[in-house]
Amino acid sequence: MSFLSVQALRKRFGPVEAVREVSFAAEAGEILVLVGPSGCGKTTTLRLLAGFDRPDCGRVLVGGRDITPLPPERRGIGFVFQEYALFPHLSVEGNVAFGLRGLARAERRERVGELLAMLGIAELAPRFPHELSAGQQQRVALARALAPRPRLLLLDEPFSALDAALRRDLRAELRNFLKGLGLTAVHVTHDREEALALADVLAVMRAGRVEQVGPPEEVYNRPRTPFVAAFLGRANLWPGRVLAILNGRAEVEVAGQVLCAEAAGTAPGARGVVFFRPEWAEVGPGPFVAHVQTALFLGDHWELHASCQGLPVVLSAPCAPCAGVVPFAVTRALWLSGPEG
Amino acid sequence: MQAAVLRGGAACAGLGALVPVAYLVLRALEGGEGLVQLLQPRHLTLLGNTLALVGTVLVADTALALPAAWLLGRSELARRRGLVALVAAPVVIPGYIVALALLGLGGDYGLLARLVGWRLPRPQGLWGATLCLTLYTYPYVFLSARAALLGLDPSLEEAARSLGLSPWGVARRVVLPQLLPALRAAWLVVGLYVLGDFGAVSLLRYETYSYAVYLRYAGALDRTGAAALSLPLLGLAALGWAASRAGGGRGVGYRAGSGASRPAPRARLGWARPLALGYLALLVGLGVGLPLGTLFLWLLQDPQAVGGRALAHGLGGTAVAAGGAALLALALAFPLAHRATRGHGWGTAVLVSLPHLGHALPPFVVGLGWAFLGLRALPFLYGRLVLLLLALALYFVPLAFGPLRAAWAQLSPRLEEAARSLGHGPLGAAVRSALPGLVRGAVAGGALVFLRAATELPLTFLLSPLGFSTLATRTFAAASEALFAQAAPFALALLALALPSLVLLLRMERET
Repeated sequence: MSFLSVQALRKRFGPVEAVREVSFAAEAGEILVLVGPSGCGKTTTLRLLAGFDRPDCGRVLVGGRDITPLPPERRGIGFVFQEYALFPHLSVEGNVAFGLRGLARAERRERVGELLAMLGIAELAPRFPHELSAGQQQRVALARALAPRPRLLLLDEPFSALDAALRRDLRAELRNFLKGLGLTAVHVTHDREEALALADVLAVMRAGRVEQVGPPEEVYNRPRTPFVAAFLGRANLWPGRVLAILNGRAEVEVAGQVLCAEAAGTAPGARGVVFFRPEWAEVGPGPFVAHVQTALFLGDHWELHASCQGLPVVLSAPCAPCAGVVPFAVTRALWLSGPEG
Repeated sequence: MQAAVLRGGAACAGLGALVPVAYLVLRALEGGEGLVQLLQPRHLTLLGNTLALVGTVLVADTALALPAAWLLGRSELARRRGLVALVAAPVVIPGYIVALALLGLGGDYGLLARLVGWRLPRPQGLWGATLCLTLYTYPYVFLSARAALLGLDPSLEEAARSLGLSPWGVARRVVLPQLLPALRAAWLVVGLYVLGDFGAVSLLRYETYSYAVYLRYAGALDRTGAAALSLPLLGLAALGWAASRAGGGRGVGYRAGSGASRPAPRARLGWARPLALGYLALLVGLGVGLPLGTLFLWLLQDPQAVGGRALAHGLGGTAVAAGGAALLALALAFPLAHRATRGHGWGTAVLVSLPHLGHALPPFVVGLGWAFLGLRALPFLYGRLVLLLLALALYFVPLAFGPLRAAWAQLSPRLEEAARSLGHGPLGAAVRSALPGLVRGAVAGGALVFLRAATELPLTFLLSPLGFSTLATRTFAAASEALFAQAAPFALALLALALPSLVLLLRMERET
């Protein structure tokens, strides 16, 4: 049994079904990242885990115990808010000590000092929230949530108020920090790069449902739906038809050519989508011909926006294309059934 | 030339309200024996009475208003705008009218005795004064606390829950500390009100300090003594004002996040809903129903008690005094508001805060100052309507100032500079660039001044020319002789006159 088990959660707000059917699980010490476009229900899911909202049905189990009926204060779950929600009437020290009850004064001070030192903000203790930068507030919010030693930490887009460079630094720092503590965490974000970098387990959400759960590499490389494929990175999605199945691979007719794609559970004659990332195609001798419309230099490679038999395609090339028409080969492709995302 | 008019006007408005008070202080200091009287045990007792009343009213206001603020801010009743307006309505009913209604209800010849034969004791003394003042000052605490509750960031409460606090613990450790600045501001307003109240306490025979000053002035005709006696009141008011400026703890009053605020969830009342509605009905019944009901019943008892001519005379007086004061206050507030938004430096800051200090002082003491000043230094003004209008206008300048400043603060100074570059002088540029906003601000500020000047008693009472009367002075005169049937028509007419301003103000509050 997993340490955190979320089973068939549903939540409706009036006519809006915010969460339709959400299930996932994480082992102790794992970081699970919920990622999806805004409005997909990921923050609502997190609030259901924290107990701020009650699910209409479904259960949340932590350490094998059903915590669904418990009020937030009895769940032992830490929460880091999107805008940090630091108490404006308390100093940094007061904020971090807020959840430390039943401890002697000296012990409380010691624990606060320890946390602030751990996060490298010991000198901020007497300051007030409005005197802190966004990055500092973020650390204080983390310290406050960690102070009562929660069993589970929930983070609701904690980096959204920070600029891109700081976000990238803090990402590595946060992962390192959580791993050092061995804490189980659920992190919500809409930033795919942040999601891939932080996650042990990635859950991609769309319209109130989890579309795919798994290790980030697997979800990135083997998306099960066109939506997941397109959400996590550049994706070429071409409509096609299965001609034959051979050893779990499908021969697919696409863009006037026959392509061999990895496939699971499909039958000859099925219609669906062929998916490949730009880096899975090689510019050079090959069966396909691309008419390049735009070439963008991105530092370590060129990105070509082109069309092939009337279908849009994005390719990755090591150097600038020397002509407006380039041949290419697809070295790896996935067969995705269902409509295009 | 135009710039000089703007500057001069601002200086007049800034300094004007404090001139009579400064004169009063000078007079008090020159009469040495008056100062010695301050230490008499009787005066200390009276000062104690005043402070006791401040204390009981603040406690009662808070106890009454906080539950109502929560119900109408954070429960399922929060969307009932009509209820909010009703609960806040007593704010326009002046204290002496509430006192009049309470007095007319009980006692041997009271309404209850006449109608159903009940002889309730007449409210008087500390409890009577507390009841009366609470009934019309609780809306200040209610409105302030409700606004603060609506503005609270709900994620702070969720954070506290996730850190292990029960709902009650959240209320005590998160909500209350954040309400404190709002409560402190409301307490200050109410405290200053009670300190300066003269009509209600004198009708209810509760001997406060202002009452003693009045007796010294009107009864013993001892002007220097009265001036000396008012010093502690001035000191208390200035102290309260300074305390409010110093502000509360660090960090309080800042919003935590910068994000769009999510509305707080509204509590479901369930079985307690009838109880909650009953509580609000009781508040409205006491605050609005009781005074209005009593006055109407007295009117029905003796519809002919007051002739049409007397009523018309009172109405005309109120219209002249309050209308004139409103126009004059606007004219004074205009340059001051312009300086406040376009000027820089500490000189401007001081100038702008002076009228607010003047407004914090007990109106009775300010009235005395004007009376002394008129008698001694400006005999050509004393006993003239001009002096009354000037005193009212300068006292109420801050009320007109607020909306006007808001109108200018919303506009970029670039617009004014553009008007200057297109050939308008400083005055014309200031007016034309902000015209639509200014008209609205002026209407709002004018309505506020009209409302308060019409119901104001001490200044009008002390400075009215001979033979001049307003609805307020006539109500008070009849009430102080226990002629309730004669007071009722004046009081009702006054409330009817104040009603449109109340509607206007509530609509403005909704817009902000």
